[in-house]
Amino acid sequence: MNEASVRRDIQRDIQPARRGALAQSWQRLVAMFVKEFIQLRRDRPTLGMIVGIPLIQLLLFGYAINTDPKHLPTAVLVSDDSPLARALVGALRATDYFHVKYVVQGEQRADQLIRSNEVQFVIQIPPDFSRRLVRGERPSLLIVADATDPTATAGAIAAASGAVIQALDRELTGALATLAQNSPPFDLQVHRRYNPAGEARRNIVPGLIGTILTMTMLIYTALSVTREIERGTMEALLAMPVKPVEIMLGKITPYVVVGGVQMATILIVATFLFRVPIVGSLFVLVPLTLLFIVANLSMGYTLSTVAANQLQAIQMTFFFFLPSMLLSGFLFPFYGMPVWAQYLGEGLPLTHYLRIVRSVMLKGSGYGDLAADAGALALFTLVAMSVAVMRFRQTLD
Amino acid sequence: MSDLVRPATDIAIDVSGLTKIFAGKKVVDNLSLRVKRGHIQGFLGPNGSGKTTTIRMLCGLLTPDAGEGRCLGLDIRTQQEEIKRHVGYMTQGFSLYRDLTIRENLEFVARIYGLVAPEDAAQAALERLGLTARADQLAGELSGGWKQRLALGACILPAPSLLLLDEPTAGVDPKARRDFWDEIHHLANEGLTVLVSTHYMDEAERCHEIAYILDGKLLVSGTIEDTIRNARLTTYVVKGEGLDALAAELNRAPGVDMVAPFGAALHVGGRDRQAMEAVAARYADRAHRWMQDEPTLEDVFIELMTRNHRSGQ
Ligand SMILES: Nc1ncnc2c1ncn2[C@@H]1O[C@H](COP(=O)(O)OP(=O)(O)OP(=O)(O)O)[C@@H](O)[C@H]1O
Ligand SMILES: [Mg+2]
Repeated sequence: MNEASVRRDIQRDIQPARRGALAQSWQRLVAMFVKEFIQLRRDRPTLGMIVGIPLIQLLLFGYAINTDPKHLPTAVLVSDDSPLARALVGALRATDYFHVKYVVQGEQRADQLIRSNEVQFVIQIPPDFSRRLVRGERPSLLIVADATDPTATAGAIAAASGAVIQALDRELTGALATLAQNSPPFDLQVHRRYNPAGEARRNIVPGLIGTILTMTMLIYTALSVTREIERGTMEALLAMPVKPVEIMLGKITPYVVVGGVQMATILIVATFLFRVPIVGSLFVLVPLTLLFIVANLSMGYTLSTVAANQLQAIQMTFFFFLPSMLLSGFLFPFYGMPVWAQYLGEGLPLTHYLRIVRSVMLKGSGYGDLAADAGALALFTLVAMSVAVMRFRQTLD
Repeated sequence: MSDLVRPATDIAIDVSGLTKIFAGKKVVDNLSLRVKRGHIQGFLGPNGSGKTTTIRMLCGLLTPDAGEGRCLGLDIRTQQEEIKRHVGYMTQGFSLYRDLTIRENLEFVARIYGLVAPEDAAQAALERLGLTARADQLAGELSGGWKQRLALGACILPAPSLLLLDEPTAGVDPKARRDFWDEIHHLANEGLTVLVSTHYMDEAERCHEIAYILDGKLLVSGTIEDTIRNARLTTYVVKGEGLDALAAELNRAPGVDMVAPFGAALHVGGRDRQAMEAVAARYADRAHRWMQDEPTLEDVFIELMTRNHRSGQ
């Protein structure tokens, strides 16, 4: 008697109808997905945090970066008391960026004001400014900015040159009008003190999309396997004919939806509250963001298969999150880091996503420009998932 | 064993030499067991004796360190995937999802087993279990008895050929236990094989065969009659005053192998018939009435435990 017929004999005759092998695998995945989704839906606090966490983080950061602070304390160092100079000061005031608190004479007094944080700007109108301007000698107009916080001063500096040109347009009339035509008739010099690099403000909101998603996505899946073990449901799950891949995909997919909701929240706030434009196409940004979300979910799930309990899983996510913040180019310019740090950074999904999101939002890049970074994200996902499936313990040994 | 000649088609569980070592300790030690198709096999033994570990090896959740065997004709070492399709395992603790409703849990199981119409299968199970009214209640909010019903329902939903039940009636009231056992017998009549661990003697007595495990070793297996007969115990039921003091004294008496209080009486037994009769004659007085009686299953197990305890020292 062969083995198969023995088996059929021992097994019961009444068997419920089952699907084909592939359909069964798909259905097991659906089973996991539905189950995870219901559990998520019942978990009110977590549900609230899906929108709450990105919103709060973005708003908190949003005020820290307050994209365009106005009425910044300013001192004017006037060495040339001409009508033209007075008109310039008036024009700068009119921008709303500069709140002229002091009009001083000596350079030392001006220095002292900026050192003691009394003012953030000193606008220097040199002696003979108007006379040299009229002669067409392009005199320099100097703005000294306290650039310890570059984001705070960038807007004001940008507004200054426009305001000055407009003021001169108005003042230089009649015979002097020709001067105004060769733009600009003076040389605006900006000295960013304390931080000559001065990072672009718009880097930050796109960067935030990446860091917020990293943090939330990692945590969601990092808890998923350890939770089953701690609640005692893993034993029953393992005794059922479900494969590690199916468990993994079933657990990750609901959170792709969650990630999508978070992405939408962040993009809406970024666009309407912080007025960060999206230069590129949403058809590029959204799919690549979803890829980034999947990469992080896979990473979290992998940690979950390594951790022994939920506390360990949370600690591991922080272990991964910290270098992501530090080495991805979010906090520090990527190419300013030592080479070894750059190599580490290349291994982090956030590094590649920052390049993607900044390029798409600010430069309007397309798939062609971003193939390398998108490929890196896909590779990362694949490796993380493979490790997770291999690490997943199918027995209780 | 002489019954090796029996056709293998009759045997649902056939394992030999199963051994599992945790931290250098043999938690299951060279265990061999055969369970016939359609039989209810009781699995008894004190706490920590290795019942759960054995059951986990049978359904592929633990890999044996030694030994081999088959469940439903499938190799427990290499065909775990296939075993999982045809074996229903009810864990010792409640292990369904507490934050899912009864219906959602059943649908989950139906999908995992690839049934064609999972919603219908879940509905049918609800009706069969009499859980329709509670279908939308969260599983975690159910009382112990209903949890157990649900767990059994989830186990039998995919129509397994073998049920492994690990202390399914712990903490369940007598009425619910009775209903549960009626259901088990009903399933066995349909051809389902059941291995059930328990600490209750009345449940053991409802099994076709029982196995008793102690410190990982299988000490006894067979029918209840065989088990009692093979123990060759001579037992007395003692009634009267001051039984506690008497028990302490009898424990040291030669020829007495087990002493156990049962309600207002004392069960005293020994394997040496003559020695035991002598003890009875010596201790029978006006304060105590000694009556010889058939040994119960529990007497046999207590004697086994006492003997192993003594020899271990
Ligand atoms: N994963 C494990 N790691 C280490 N030791 C274990 C493990 N699982 C069980 N043990 C030990 O193995 C022994 C047998 O445990 P098991 O759970 O099989 O006993 P049991 O007969 O089911 O007991 P109970 O009646 O209390 O459920 C116990 O001493 C237990 O501490
Ligand atoms: Mg147990």
